[in-house]
Amino acid sequence: MQVAVDTVQLDDIFKLYQTGDVQVQALGGVTLRIAPGELVAIMGPSGSGKSTLMNIIGCLDRPTTGRYSLAGQDISRLDKNALASVRNRQVGFVFQSFNLLTRTSAVENVELPLLYAGVRSEERTVRARAALERVGLGDRLTHHPSQMSGGQQQRVAIARALVSHPHLVLADEPTGNLDSQTSLDIMALFQELNRSGMTIILVTHEPDIAAFAARIITMRDGRIQSDRLQTSLPATATVPSERAHTP
Amino acid sequence: MSPTQTFLIALRALARNKMRSALTTLGIIIGVAAVIAMVALGEGAKREVEDAFTSMGSNLLMVRSGSTARGGAFGGFGSMPSLTWGDLDAISEEAHAVRAAAPVLQTAAQAQSEEQNWNTNVTGTDAAFFAIRNWRIVRGTGFTDSDVESGTKVAVLGQTVVEKLFGTTFDPVGQSIRINNIPFQVIGVLDKKGQSHHGQDNDDTIIIPHATYQAKIKGGLQKFIPGIIMVSAISAEAAISAQMQISAILRDRHRLSASDDDDFSVRNLSEFASAQQQGTETLTTLLAAIAAVSLFVGGIGIMNIMLVSVTERTREIGLRMAVGAKPRHILAQFLVEALTLSLVGGLIGVILGLLTAGQLARAFGWPMLIRADIIVVSVIFSAVVGVVFGIYPARKASLLDPIEALRYE
Repeated sequence: MQVAVDTVQLDDIFKLYQTGDVQVQALGGVTLRIAPGELVAIMGPSGSGKSTLMNIIGCLDRPTTGRYSLAGQDISRLDKNALASVRNRQVGFVFQSFNLLTRTSAVENVELPLLYAGVRSEERTVRARAALERVGLGDRLTHHPSQMSGGQQQRVAIARALVSHPHLVLADEPTGNLDSQTSLDIMALFQELNRSGMTIILVTHEPDIAAFAARIITMRDGRIQSDRLQTSLPATATVPSERAHTP
Repeated sequence: MSPTQTFLIALRALARNKMRSALTTLGIIIGVAAVIAMVALGEGAKREVEDAFTSMGSNLLMVRSGSTARGGAFGGFGSMPSLTWGDLDAISEEAHAVRAAAPVLQTAAQAQSEEQNWNTNVTGTDAAFFAIRNWRIVRGTGFTDSDVESGTKVAVLGQTVVEKLFGTTFDPVGQSIRINNIPFQVIGVLDKKGQSHHGQDNDDTIIIPHATYQAKIKGGLQKFIPGIIMVSAISAEAAISAQMQISAILRDRHRLSASDDDDFSVRNLSEFASAQQQGTETLTTLLAAIAAVSLFVGGIGIMNIMLVSVTERTREIGLRMAVGAKPRHILAQFLVEALTLSLVGGLIGVILGLLTAGQLARAFGWPMLIRADIIVVSVIFSAVVGVVFGIYPARKASLLDPIEALRYE
């Protein structure tokens, strides 16, 4: 894949919100590089700007100033429709509350991004099945979310994030609604996906979840407070090759 | 995304809330059914009026004698004979807008066959009468001008008279009957005409030549016609000019000066027909307008439910946007949902409307007239209602910010 190009390249990103008469600065000059194949955790207290940063990385929002390249493509000035296409093909999302369509089977939930990508029906089903098998739900294809446990639902959501073969998977508090054992299982799945080459960014406020990541970025007041590599990882998380980090 | 997929997504979303979808559709169903039923009913009423006037005769005018005025009491038209046989000839020959004219002399008389007798209405007229009244002869023949001139004793019977004198299965042509004890030969039987619009039985009549009528049944003055003149105009449009021409001819022949009143009357029956038709058309328009209002209300119901649906599914919209749905995909999804609701409602409404129209037509004894154009228009209109009332909620959905939509509780 694109070994030479950073998956995420943020340069001096500012994000300002106008709330009534008050201007709020959510991000105040963030510069960040994430290489293909990294597993990164972003931590920080609420209001630190980590959600805003996630939204910009996930192409759900645009920076007020600054430049953002996703896999070499400058997307900081794209319009709504172009951003939707980028999200569709290059980013997979995993949410805290799963966000699955109710009364809709696992396969059909996973097919959703492919539907908007214009993939034909037969191919959609084949790819959705493959994605579900990859997250260990090969035997739950036709189950509805209400017939599955929280951990299974989150696996379906992960399969949905994988199905379009994105450059990047963004997981926003993916274990926030899960018990601790299931959380560990889900993190193990993320690690396994990461080992097979997937770039993953997690947002979490739980240190033991962040501990699964090789690299932990801590946000405070709209800036990166620390950006460090972990030397001792639980389980078998891999450390990517040497990186230059700009705090 | 293909239209089929968009449609399938819409169907699925609607199926998730079956009860709600059904209730929302009900507004449109009732609206469309009402339009279809009302228009069908109105058309039936219109046709009923048309048929009643057609059965009287085509483009019919009636010319009657004038009235007497004795001591301030008017005797009514026909009480003073003023129409002459010469007037009849003049009307047939000189009025260009007139196709044919025939005298109609009527009285009640007792008719007898060998087994039965029956009190009926005897009409003395000439050969043109059958064409003027649009009355076919189903068996045998009518009489001819020479029958009229020579005063032969031949009779053409209405269906009711045949039934009363001979029964339903017997062919009376060639049989002999007696009218007021005078023998007549039956030469023809008239087609069934049913009730007149006054409720009289058109078929309870015997038609004979007027010369025979005057000689054998009921005499009268030689010069004047003891009855009325029925006139058929060359077309419905020509009825008014026929009326004017007849008036002019008669005023001239009766030597009336400009200040004199008419001593006759000419009634144009097609005027009544069109007045009645206008009445039923007004009724149809009124009913259709009420029905259209209910369609409009149905549309508001759809908008209401779509707005609720958009709010309820804010997170779903946010998710769809996050995984790559463009604003137009969301717009299409909700618009197609609204369109599906209204279109399904429209189609069910058509079926229900047709059934209702059938029931009503049966209840009123009217012909049921289905106008294909009204069905097509109703379905298209209900689709338009869906789009018009669906566009606002759909647009609202498509303009949602994905971040806020995903955060929506």
